[in-house]
Amino acid sequence: MRVRRLAAWTALPLAVTLGLAACGSGGDGGSGGSGSEAVSIQIAEPQHLVPTNTTETSGSQVLAGLFAPLVDYDAQNKPYEVAAESVTSSDNKVWTIKLKDGFTFHNGEKVTSDDYINAWNYGAYAPNGQGGSYFFEKIAGYQDLQGEKPKAKEMSGLKKLDDLTFQVTLSEPYIDFKTMLGYNAFYPLPEAAFSAPGVLKDGYEQAPIGQGPFKMKGTWQHDSKIEVERYDAYPLEKPKVQSVEFRVYQQLTAAYADVLADNLDVLPTIPTENLSTAPTDLGDRYQTSPMSSFQFLAFPTFEKEYSNPDVRKAISMAIDRDEIVNSIFKKSQTSARSFVSPVLPGYRENTTGAAGEFNPTEAKKLYQAAGGPSKITISYNGDGGHKDWVDATCNQLKANLGVDCVGSAEPKFSDLLNKVEKKQPVGLFRLGWVMDYPSMEDYLGPLYSTNGSSNYYGYSNPEFDKLVKEGSAAPTQAEAIKKYQQAEDILAKDMPVIPLRFGENVFGHSSKVSNVEMDLFQRVNLVKIEAAS
Amino acid sequence: MFRYILRRLLQMVLAFFGTTLIVYALMFAGQTDPIQALAGERPVTAAQRAYLTEKYHLDQTGVGGFFYRYFDYVRSLLQGDLGQSLTGRQIGDILQQAWPVTVKLALIALAVAVIFGVTAGVIAGIRRASIFDNATLVLTLLVLGIPTIVLAPLAQYFLGVRWPVFPPTAGAEPSFYALLLPGIVLGSLSLATALRLTRTSVAENLRADYVRTARSKGLVKRRIVGIHVLRNSLIPVVTFLGVELGNLMSGAIITEGVFNIPGVGFNLFRGIRTEDGPLVVGFVSVLVVVYLVSNLLVDVLYAVLDPRIRYE
Repeated sequence: MRVRRLAAWTALPLAVTLGLAACGSGGDGGSGGSGSEAVSIQIAEPQHLVPTNTTETSGSQVLAGLFAPLVDYDAQNKPYEVAAESVTSSDNKVWTIKLKDGFTFHNGEKVTSDDYINAWNYGAYAPNGQGGSYFFEKIAGYQDLQGEKPKAKEMSGLKKLDDLTFQVTLSEPYIDFKTMLGYNAFYPLPEAAFSAPGVLKDGYEQAPIGQGPFKMKGTWQHDSKIEVERYDAYPLEKPKVQSVEFRVYQQLTAAYADVLADNLDVLPTIPTENLSTAPTDLGDRYQTSPMSSFQFLAFPTFEKEYSNPDVRKAISMAIDRDEIVNSIFKKSQTSARSFVSPVLPGYRENTTGAAGEFNPTEAKKLYQAAGGPSKITISYNGDGGHKDWVDATCNQLKANLGVDCVGSAEPKFSDLLNKVEKKQPVGLFRLGWVMDYPSMEDYLGPLYSTNGSSNYYGYSNPEFDKLVKEGSAAPTQAEAIKKYQQAEDILAKDMPVIPLRFGENVFGHSSKVSNVEMDLFQRVNLVKIEAAS
Repeated sequence: MFRYILRRLLQMVLAFFGTTLIVYALMFAGQTDPIQALAGERPVTAAQRAYLTEKYHLDQTGVGGFFYRYFDYVRSLLQGDLGQSLTGRQIGDILQQAWPVTVKLALIALAVAVIFGVTAGVIAGIRRASIFDNATLVLTLLVLGIPTIVLAPLAQYFLGVRWPVFPPTAGAEPSFYALLLPGIVLGSLSLATALRLTRTSVAENLRADYVRTARSKGLVKRRIVGIHVLRNSLIPVVTFLGVELGNLMSGAIITEGVFNIPGVGFNLFRGIRTEDGPLVVGFVSVLVVVYLVSNLLVDVLYAVLDPRIRYE
């Protein structure tokens, strides 16, 4: 008998607490109660918030609010000074960076050239394991900071001239160094960020102190949100909104539902699932803008059956890019017929020439004449939503070349890369590229030069390498671009990859904000955005 | 009773280490290149690779490497240190953040299942073959047939966006109200099962000898159903709900994703996707404890419901 009562009594308190909880929070009507001067932006959980360790979009978006870059990019994607007064060089090897006076960190510290030098040395020092360290490899003395036990802790190429001026010596002339400075790895760090010289304070990442238009409000709430508010001592154009909440979402579809319900203000990427309905759901709040991403199919050029450029050209001609862009991507991407992104200075349309035009009859003729393989495999990573377009491409190749074609999924991107690096037969494989800074060199160098960091397909052409090198050492931008374009012409002849599509920012916003602009790096412009009245 | 619980607790320790070993081995076997997985499609620099490899002992491969890493993990686990995730966060902190919201969600789902499932099941069991009984049969079949991956976005769209009754997502620090819709969605599957179980069990017990005896003694119907039948009928339901509590906590990956709740399911999913061994093992270890404890509770509850069951 006693036992039974016990059961009855435990059931009751449970019911009561649930009832009380319902009363307590019924009033506020859920999340997203933002004031008129606050906006919310979707991000994924950033991996890191240390400028030299941040290489993904979400972290970069938050840092863009907390820091001001040395240079930013204008409408033509050419660099102009922001935190820098001037960035000059007479020989493109020794660069003098003069800082604007009046910048202060959010803790009141004045920004000096030391803050840049310390931050860059920290980023380049290999034992710190910073993901953005490769940005500094062009600076003289970078090699001394590499290896398990580096020889030095500071790069010899960085020299302080006075409090607001410092000199950067590169190991060899590089015309695009100024363009490079817009990347977040080149932000300064305040003295307060370090616990000892060269040692970052433990909690710095939880509440980064920068010199940008916004400062942290509280700390980084992992998996939940990061809030920033306007920094009143910011010397340049001040933001229109009082505060920004970067809200962490795990799934874009959840964020999309929130934008529809006006619960979230900006969604920088509309999920693929909703692309077909988004224009009607959002009306003029559905927008697109240029972005730098580039999707292509790579050939294992080291394999005999794909070593003939004519085979590669024939396959390219047998693919109807526009059809795939329209039917699968609902025009959220555009067809690519060049080897570099259209957002770059120096971009030319149709550099692939005839090889980029869809021409099934010519393709078949060329393919048979060149003796292409009778079976084509296209490998892709199965976790990235590539199946649809790979299958569509395969069907086109089957129909237009009369060959057998299968799409083969590897579980993850790393699995695909492993196989490619071991030169296992994967057939053609998909790759993508997003630039770090708007320069043709940022495509030509890593993707196509012999030692390029992302040249997984073994393409090597000494003449091409020479032209890219000459371009980056050229005295003026115009001459550099000319060399780069000559290099691109070689690619059109050799066709080491098939350019397929260029990406676009496809974004949406709630009815509570206006003036939403996105930059080439998929980041919302935080200074321009306004709360709609 | 006390000795029984003590014995079960000791068994739990063994089970705990056994399962962590298996999970650790599985994660270890499935791992290809966690560093590349972390970087996504970006090339990884040599310096970064060397740094992470050393920090997480990723250079230790093969059987020897497995035991080295496993014992390293268990050693720090016994000191209360769950280690760091591959992004450098303390797994203890992640756990601390993820559990409360998942527990809340699971309790709401369980409450939904108990309150609606058991009540409707009892009514359907008493009025067998009535309209109510048939209607619940159709409804529960429908719910059992629709997977959460369809049900959750539908509920979100219709009740969150089209007719904004509930907020479409809950977020990291949700109010009770914001958690209600995900809770109902998550609980609906258990609700359907609990309902069917209760109905069958009640219907069966109503025909039992002791009920006829009670009736012929002249007991009122309310007392027969409320006390005698219900208690006997609840035993299978309690077993089911006990196991279900563990399921609700670990199996909420879809629901937590759709409603943006950064709980256990989401972290597990992320851990598996990025091949973050320590993160997955940390979460699974706690899940194992939850399962073991809820199973023990179920067994103890049997004795409460049915005095014939005695533990020594």
